[in-house]
Amino acid sequence: MNTIARTTCVALLALAAMSAMQLARADEHAEDNPDTPARWLDFKSGMFKDRAVDPRGDAVIKLDAPARAADGAVVPIAITAQFAQTPTRYIKKIYLFIDENPEPYAGSFSFAPESGFATIETRVRVEDYTFMRAIAETNDGRLYSSVRFVKASGGCSAPAGKDDAAAEAGAGLVRLTLQGQTVPGKPQLAQLMIRHPNRTGMAMNQVTRNYATAYFVRKVTVSYADKPVMVADVNFSISENPNFRFWFVPSGNGELKARVEDTKSKEFDAAVGVGSQASAQQSAASKL
Amino acid sequence: MIRLGAGAYAYRGDDNVATRANGGAIANIGFIVGTRCVAVIDTGGTLAEGRALRAAIRMVTPLPVCYVINTHMHPDHIFGNAAFTADHPQFVGSATLGEAEASHAESYLRVLKRELGPLAQGSIIVSPTHTVSGSEALDLGHRMLRLQTWKTAHTNNDLTVYDEASGMLWTGDLLFVGCIPVIDGSVLGWLDDIAALRALNPRRMVPGHGALDRPWRPALAAEEQYLASLVRDVRAALKQGQTMQQAVDTIGLGERNRWRLYDIYHRRNVTTAYAELEWEQ
Repeated sequence: MNTIARTTCVALLALAAMSAMQLARADEHAEDNPDTPARWLDFKSGMFKDRAVDPRGDAVIKLDAPARAADGAVVPIAITAQFAQTPTRYIKKIYLFIDENPEPYAGSFSFAPESGFATIETRVRVEDYTFMRAIAETNDGRLYSSVRFVKASGGCSAPAGKDDAAAEAGAGLVRLTLQGQTVPGKPQLAQLMIRHPNRTGMAMNQVTRNYATAYFVRKVTVSYADKPVMVADVNFSISENPNFRFWFVPSGNGELKARVEDTKSKEFDAAVGVGSQASAQQSAASKL
Repeated sequence: MIRLGAGAYAYRGDDNVATRANGGAIANIGFIVGTRCVAVIDTGGTLAEGRALRAAIRMVTPLPVCYVINTHMHPDHIFGNAAFTADHPQFVGSATLGEAEASHAESYLRVLKRELGPLAQGSIIVSPTHTVSGSEALDLGHRMLRLQTWKTAHTNNDLTVYDEASGMLWTGDLLFVGCIPVIDGSVLGWLDDIAALRALNPRRMVPGHGALDRPWRPALAAEEQYLASLVRDVRAALKQGQTMQQAVDTIGLGERNRWRLYDIYHRRNVTTAYAELEWEQ
């Protein structure tokens, strides 16, 4: 509907109808206890076994998501680390879980001390009213979660329709840019934009009775001066035309690089010079 | 039904989202009568509404319905189609209409049942049997209709109908009067199409939503102004490095009193415009 093909999830008027009904129902449906949904408990025990997850992890990690999403296929979220990465204390991984999505485990983001901040902003698909959770794992093995309740609908199963052919043909263009001033030794924000349908494979074409195959970005590897900055292992829970904002720590020069891999085993690269060189962005070449 | 002119009739939909109170009849729909047969332009939000439209046609003329034209795929314009299948008309739409309908069918029907319950009984999608890509003329008997498809704007399957005899252009949702325009296609494409619509200079335009009797030039200008401001403000936000959420929270707040259904759709329009424009150079 994303746009754009991407995006359109549900018919606008249908969505509006639903929104209107939901506005009326919001008072009737008090949010449930976030600690009880079965899908979360299953995921928690499968992924973390008996390890405790501190549900009040606000000193470590904070998840921001709109209480009421404008568009279920494009829900902007921010997972913000509450302290800077240091060699002795850092967040090594963040897990993202969206309870009511058909595939609730949206993916994970791995970080290093050199990441600056273990912070990631992106856009996700949200299928229905749901808890959304970011679980941070610090280098000492502890787990902390931050939870939000999001009202959205139809992000996953209501397909993009604006211009599907154009979306697929354009897949693979990548833009990597630096935001703000480069100050050596100080964490700097970067943005990675990827042209990609990031299809869920859950939309059935009533004419052919076929499901459009899932086709999405599954891995993003970011490095700076050949050291890892961020690795994202993700799926179609990320919206069409995936967009990631993250941090790194520039030194005098060097290159920030991103490699994107998708489910058709295509790879797309982007790189941007840091520091004394002009930070002109370079577009990707796709490699099969 | 309102008589727009000789042999041209329209129903003014409720300027609201689909509710049980309005039965989902929220779009402007209508029909045109020639000497040979009748063309229907959009059929409403449910089978029931389509049946009511057909009954209204029968009160005016016994001539057969030869064309059921859908201006685009949104549910409030197409779910009355099944009321006409026994008439064996051509179901006419853009060449991209069928696929758009098919890919949204499951979610449309799910929401229709959820929102309208038994009022939606029997509502199904009836896809086009005759498609238009570019322009085409249909003859109702001494009454030529000129159909035209458009660059992706409100949707990727917009189609207009120009009734030569009356000089009336039925715009579908390319024109919203008083109700907030909803972008489910491309905001830039829509601005291009608005310029082209203006250049057609018809005597009158019949909008997809809103009052049927307003002069079209100010209405089209108001719609253009909303969309152009959105583009301008989103481009500025992108230049400043604002995130999508920041843009959604700050853009177009002053438009609120100018458009019905702003609270439902405006933030989504900002999201859509942002996602479209962030890829501009």
